[in-house]
Amino acid sequence: MSIINFKGVKKVQSDIINIQLIQLVFAYIFVLILLFIVKQKDIGHKGEILLASVRMTIQLVAVGFILEYVFANQNPYYSLLILLIMEGFAIYNIYGRVNVEISKELKMIIAGSMFLGTSISIFFFVLAVVGLDPWFRADYFIPLSGMLIGNSMTGISLGVNHLIDGFRDNKGLIENYLMLGAEPETAAKEISNRAFYNAVLPTINSMMGMGIVFLPGMMTGQILAGASPIIAIKYQIAIMMGILGSVTLTVFFMVERGAKTFFNSRKQLNI
Amino acid sequence: MFKIENVKFKDILNIKKVELDKNMITAILGSSGGGKTTFLKLLNNMITADQGKITYKGQDIESYDPVALRREVVMLPQDPEIFRGSIKDNFKITEEIADKVISKNLNYEELLHQVSLTQNLANDAQKLSGGEKQRLALARVMLLEPEVLLLDEPSSSLDKITEEKIIKRVVDYVSKNDRTLIMVTHSLDIAEKFADRIINIEAGKIVK
Repeated sequence: MSIINFKGVKKVQSDIINIQLIQLVFAYIFVLILLFIVKQKDIGHKGEILLASVRMTIQLVAVGFILEYVFANQNPYYSLLILLIMEGFAIYNIYGRVNVEISKELKMIIAGSMFLGTSISIFFFVLAVVGLDPWFRADYFIPLSGMLIGNSMTGISLGVNHLIDGFRDNKGLIENYLMLGAEPETAAKEISNRAFYNAVLPTINSMMGMGIVFLPGMMTGQILAGASPIIAIKYQIAIMMGILGSVTLTVFFMVERGAKTFFNSRKQLNI
Repeated sequence: MFKIENVKFKDILNIKKVELDKNMITAILGSSGGGKTTFLKLLNNMITADQGKITYKGQDIESYDPVALRREVVMLPQDPEIFRGSIKDNFKITEEIADKVISKNLNYEELLHQVSLTQNLANDAQKLSGGEKQRLALARVMLLEPEVLLLDEPSSSLDKITEEKIIKRVVDYVSKNDRTLIMVTHSLDIAEKFADRIINIEAGKIVK
């Protein structure tokens, strides 16, 4: 069955092995093994493991039904609403991942950078790279957006933590720059550059090992769903570039604006 | 040059009135934690007073662009940070960050000589000893030829003989070039020998 064009290439769907409910139950044996080990070794955290397993199941079942409905009732508002929900959760998650109290101003910058950086990347990706028509086609728009948002969330969390640590650990150096007559941007340049690099590095590293050390999730999923490996790698290469672009943009916006929040209007360090 | 009136900063500093004149060498003495560094930081806008008024050249310090002021009134902290790279890189970075075009009669070797640093310009600045780093940081400040030098214990890591030698050179440089020097020091000897005026700050207040 021919189902979609990816720049002129047709994908042929082969038979997918559908996991029956009873078979799915077997998968939970892995959780039981973990619980058994934890109990035997008196490691603790049994409740946490159970909660994670139950939460994961409920969340995925709910998402499965929602997506089933959205895919069957294609509508731009549904796609945009889900995009907004994903953005909101990602931003909330970033605030939780930062180890220290962050200012209101920095929180706003994080949210703005996430929204702007991922939106630019998502729309460029679905329109120019995938050529999605209509652009809101939920079975493509939502998973692709999810991958870009998820990776940008990790990148920006790393960037914020490195930026805050950088300013705290190098207070003396930054003050020394200011005392010699440096503009705040110049004084913060080394810290900002390091935060940016450390935030983008995991994406670059994962690109290095891709295909040799591991098969990436999207490619694995497509192959399991019956796509030819050639089509799967094309998507994988494209999505990796999209992820790189999205992480780069969101972290760049955050670092550029975020570094300024560490100075007041008198160009003094305010930490 | 500086006029400080009814200035308060947190519980650290509370100054009723003091004036610091142009082309003078002022030494600030006092116990540690008494507010000496805070006093210097207020003069080049690294911090802003909670109350009171500071004027520089007759104008409210708040009316100056903070960076432009810091390029005229340069401060050397007690534990200066040395930039990564060679000694020459430290001078180059200083020129770049302060956006300064260095006058022709200044050269790096001469500056090193001024602070008695017998090192090659290509040497790694991070490998210098504590005292050498402090002298390099002082040379960086002199490179900028500021109108006012604010030095916070510039010789704390030096032995007595070197300390006196360096301070004498700085004082000569300041006098010869019509600059103003405000220097925090722990040494009453140094203050009495080189300063035109001594100010004592204890528990945030000027006591003498």
